[in-house]
Amino acid sequence: MSGELVKFLSDLKEPEALGYVDKALAKGTDPMDLLTQAKEGMNIVGQRFADEVYFIPDLIFSGEILKGIISKLEPHLKEAKAEKRLGKVIIGTVAGDIHDIGKDLVVFMLDVHGFEVLDLGIDVPVQKFVDTIKKSGSTVVGLSGFLTLAFDSMQETVEAIKAAGLRDQVKIMIGGGQVNDQVKNHVGADAYGSNAMEAVKLAQGWIGG
Amino acid sequence: MEKKWEEMSADEKQEAQFQKLLSPKDPEGNDLQFQSPETEASYKASILRIKDALQLKKPDRVPVCLFPGMYPLAHYGITLKEAMYDYEKCVAAFRKFVLDYKPDLQFGAAAPGPGKFYEIMDYKLYGWPGHGVKEDANSYQCFEGEYMQPFEYDILLTDPSFYFNHFYLPKVFGALEGFTLLPPPTGILEMYGVAFNFIPWGLPPMQNTLKALTDAAAEALKWAGALGAFDGEMASLGIPNILGGFTKAPFDTIGDTLRGTKGIMLDMYRQPEKLHKALEALTPIMIGMGLGAAQQTGNPLIFIPLHKGADGFLSDAQFKEFYWPTLKQVVLGLIDGGCIPFLAAEGGYNSRLEVIRDLPPGKTIWMMDQTDMTKAKEIVGDRLCLFGNMYSSMLKISTTEEIKEYTKQLIDVAGKGGGYIMANGSFFDHAKPENIQAMVDFTREYGVYK
Repeated sequence: MSGELVKFLSDLKEPEALGYVDKALAKGTDPMDLLTQAKEGMNIVGQRFADEVYFIPDLIFSGEILKGIISKLEPHLKEAKAEKRLGKVIIGTVAGDIHDIGKDLVVFMLDVHGFEVLDLGIDVPVQKFVDTIKKSGSTVVGLSGFLTLAFDSMQETVEAIKAAGLRDQVKIMIGGGQVNDQVKNHVGADAYGSNAMEAVKLAQGWIGG
Repeated sequence: MEKKWEEMSADEKQEAQFQKLLSPKDPEGNDLQFQSPETEASYKASILRIKDALQLKKPDRVPVCLFPGMYPLAHYGITLKEAMYDYEKCVAAFRKFVLDYKPDLQFGAAAPGPGKFYEIMDYKLYGWPGHGVKEDANSYQCFEGEYMQPFEYDILLTDPSFYFNHFYLPKVFGALEGFTLLPPPTGILEMYGVAFNFIPWGLPPMQNTLKALTDAAAEALKWAGALGAFDGEMASLGIPNILGGFTKAPFDTIGDTLRGTKGIMLDMYRQPEKLHKALEALTPIMIGMGLGAAQQTGNPLIFIPLHKGADGFLSDAQFKEFYWPTLKQVVLGLIDGGCIPFLAAEGGYNSRLEVIRDLPPGKTIWMMDQTDMTKAKEIVGDRLCLFGNMYSSMLKISTTEEIKEYTKQLIDVAGKGGGYIMANGSFFDHAKPENIQAMVDFTREYGVYK
């Protein structure tokens, strides 16, 4: 029995996955076990995305199936204690840029891979990144940007982190539309990723997990 | 005897289009007055250069074009807001941009758009400075959403125009609320009761809509007048604009502004048959959109920005199933109608090259953003005219030496044997002016075919 939900979710079988959860709950299966299975399923989805078996539609659909599963489990998880997270990652679309589709995919993938994501949203002022690093003690910052204008904001954000004396305690990754290695060097980031799983891999490399 | 348009082959139509471009007219239909014999020669040389490149032949040199985003505004020192509300300023910015660099083609001054028009229409799909984005924002912003609900496919499929008029347009333009009252025109059949159908036109919401339409159209005409005069002026100075309009890949039509990225991607799983039917239903409409624009403007180049088919967005199988078949039909339909499809492969198209190869040779231009040009030349070089690939990031942050080096590489690789147009790869809002100059100058010098 155990593992079936893992397979339904990772193979993107929505009706089967949701039907399985209904039946399992009715039979008295521990909802925590189902949640663990769902997470395992999402890890496989992430791996398949990294391996270029799955692409964005598959990722988005897996997120919807997961949402459906969680909404079924939630009423049964009242006493569940807050799960342990791997580490905190700060993410935001830099000042002047309000694109969010790519950033949201990164947030989603980091979250399902066990990171606590502090999503600062879009058009994030430089100071907000600095303040959040101070407050949270986070060691990884992800800067997203689609417009060429974002290069300047990314650079300013990195500079401000440096000026606040925090540069040594954080790793900075960037991503978005025209971002590449040259842009990474230009803005003074530590790495760039061209998709959501690369962000996860970078965070895993820096934080562990 | 001259053949009638509809009797011509695609080759003959393309030739007729170029002959027309070589004898440009002014708005009154008279021969365009060039400012000098030199500007006339320069205009014609540019058209022939583009024609040769399109047909995968060697022109006298590699043509060089600039297809900017909002860069001309920064170059001239005005904000997007100023350009959107003062059409003369907008045109002045594009004039400076075009005359500073003198590319082989210019693409008009339409990018900023008419701010007052959007206000009158209460446009909700996009934000522009002071309306949904900051006053000093330097580009407008699409607000993605599910403007079309998952269950609305049936209405779209039954009657796309009715769906657009009655459901979609009033959602994206607040001023079109009156349209929601309209019954389907296909119900107007017999004398009995026919007048009932016309009552909505007299009701207050529709009266407001009609007033807004009149005002908005007047604003649109004012704006278009400024743009048209600019194109005429540039042509007289030897720099043609052959852009006729735009259309879209049916998948992007649904995925960008109807169902949204998430919506269409879920439909691929939850209701693939409906999605397929909608893609097919939109195909002739997208062909008509391009042909209609070309007819209205008299220009054959039809721009098709490609969004959701890029590397990484869809799997190979998904691209082949959902994206390419109807896009291919749109491209072929435009070619049949005598147009030159000008596709912008935004992002990377490395994994799509073998698929897009399946088009007739010498009929399309492909703007490449981040695609590997060595691979592109090798796989599609005998079919598709390649355009672009100078990175926006390089234009903004590289040195002029690096720009020259990459320009050289592009000419050596993509320009080998013809079939290539030097240009930026994606729409840029920012750049170092000297980098653009270096790209243009170096191409003029080094890009000469011997």
